[in-house]
Amino acid sequence: MNSELQYFFELVFSGITKGSIYALIALGYTMVYGIIELINFAHGEIYMIGAFTGLIVAGLLGIFGFPLLGVLAIAVICAIIWCAAYGYTIEKVAYRPLRNAPRLSPLISAIGMSIFLQNYVQLAQTSDFLPFPQLIPDFEFLDSIAYIVSSTDVVIIVLSAVVMTALHCFIKYTNMGKAMRATAQNRKMAMLLGIDADSIISVTFVIGSALAAIGGVLIASRMGSIDAYIGFLAGMKAFTAAVLGGIGSIPGAMFGGLVLGCCENLAAGYISSDYADVFAFLILVLILTFRPSGIFGRAPVQKV
Amino acid sequence: MLRLRNVDTFYGNIQALRGICLNIEEGEIVTLIGANGAGKTTTLMTICGVIPPLSGTIRFRDKPIQHLPPNKIVRMGISQVPEGRLIFPQLTVMENLELGAYLRTDKENIGKDLDYIFSLFPILAERAKQQGGTLSGGEQQMLAISRALMGRPTLLLLDEPSLGLAPIIIRQIFDIIKKVNEDGTTVFLVEQNANQALKIAHRGYVIENGAIMLEDSAERLLKNEAVRKAYLGI
Repeated sequence: MNSELQYFFELVFSGITKGSIYALIALGYTMVYGIIELINFAHGEIYMIGAFTGLIVAGLLGIFGFPLLGVLAIAVICAIIWCAAYGYTIEKVAYRPLRNAPRLSPLISAIGMSIFLQNYVQLAQTSDFLPFPQLIPDFEFLDSIAYIVSSTDVVIIVLSAVVMTALHCFIKYTNMGKAMRATAQNRKMAMLLGIDADSIISVTFVIGSALAAIGGVLIASRMGSIDAYIGFLAGMKAFTAAVLGGIGSIPGAMFGGLVLGCCENLAAGYISSDYADVFAFLILVLILTFRPSGIFGRAPVQKV
Repeated sequence: MLRLRNVDTFYGNIQALRGICLNIEEGEIVTLIGANGAGKTTTLMTICGVIPPLSGTIRFRDKPIQHLPPNKIVRMGISQVPEGRLIFPQLTVMENLELGAYLRTDKENIGKDLDYIFSLFPILAERAKQQGGTLSGGEQQMLAISRALMGRPTLLLLDEPSLGLAPIIIRQIFDIIKKVNEDGTTVFLVEQNANQALKIAHRGYVIENGAIMLEDSAERLLKNEAVRKAYLGI
């Protein structure tokens, strides 16, 4: 393979890796928006808390000399549980009391929650960069393709794909998934069928937070360091991905994440890495200007 | 079966229902007729717990339900077909029906009920895999009624099932309502189309400005001079 092509594929694959993480976080934004029409600005912080939980758990397990795969699995599971608890609590404390308030109120509450969590982690942990251990093991059988995509990236891509497939099946085939879609489309009617909208909303926050937690641990392990501010940029990028795909649309969030990751990486690779973020947000501006409903989103149609 | 006593319901500080009293007995079709804004939909939403009453009692089979959340009320056997049908547009017809049975635990009987519904409305079987939003207005009304029936209600509340439909479809829908009632479901029918509603109902109530004005057998209401003038356009 000539080096031009190899470089291109390298960029694409690491773009897909980043994109998978954006997609995992974007799902939380889009699911919550789909159900209560709220942009949950505290969602990026959940991802950051997931990374911190992973770091703490991995540190503890490292002392006892656990095998690497075991550490990764336990760190991810602990992050999921911890973040799910945060997601559940945030909804209950910051959004539920404002359920019938004007739409701006929960939005402000979300921004407040985001600032609160950032500062709280700074106080409880540190505001400095912390090194994050390499939790994802190198698989030897992947050596043959290592010149275009690293073993870590393969693991992240495969894991994200598995998680997103599981989510898709959950939403499409289970009773709870159908109830979630019904609540998103018409909450009053869902209530008239006996669906408890409050618990559906809680479940949505729990699932969204769990996905962000997985993203947090995986990407921190790839980047090698974290601090209390990583949630902001990642949250903004994931939000861009959700808007790109069409906010409220689950396949849209997955697709939007991948497109955003690839675009950003190609721009960084061929133009300048300083411009990676600029391109990500340029996409946000373009999509909001030319197709505000996103790729998979549709303008609401009402039949009379 | 269902008893409302002195029910007052408010939207903010606007009173929508004023001391509503009404009874529905097992096996009946009872209709509530009245003009736009008289409080018909509010009455149904109050019964279902979506807009709980400020005062008064609602008893279903002798148990007070006025302070229960909607999901508990549905579980007791009250299903509503709301005004405007409220089909889930991006769910398939089948998924809409399955959600009607959301609270049911007797999964083995759900298949039987699906067959029953497809015998009432064969068109829904043909459209089972289509999205709800692609159906015509009449088909959506059929789906809305079927979805409510999938919950196996003992009391079925219908809010303006004839709204916006062609006369031939309206007749078909009313025939089905009659059949559902004959098969053992009690029906509370809210209608502006007083003529059609009184023809299939056993008893009727007339509501004006949030208060019950008149209560009688459907037959006598059809002949009542004031009702004929105000609601039948004769």
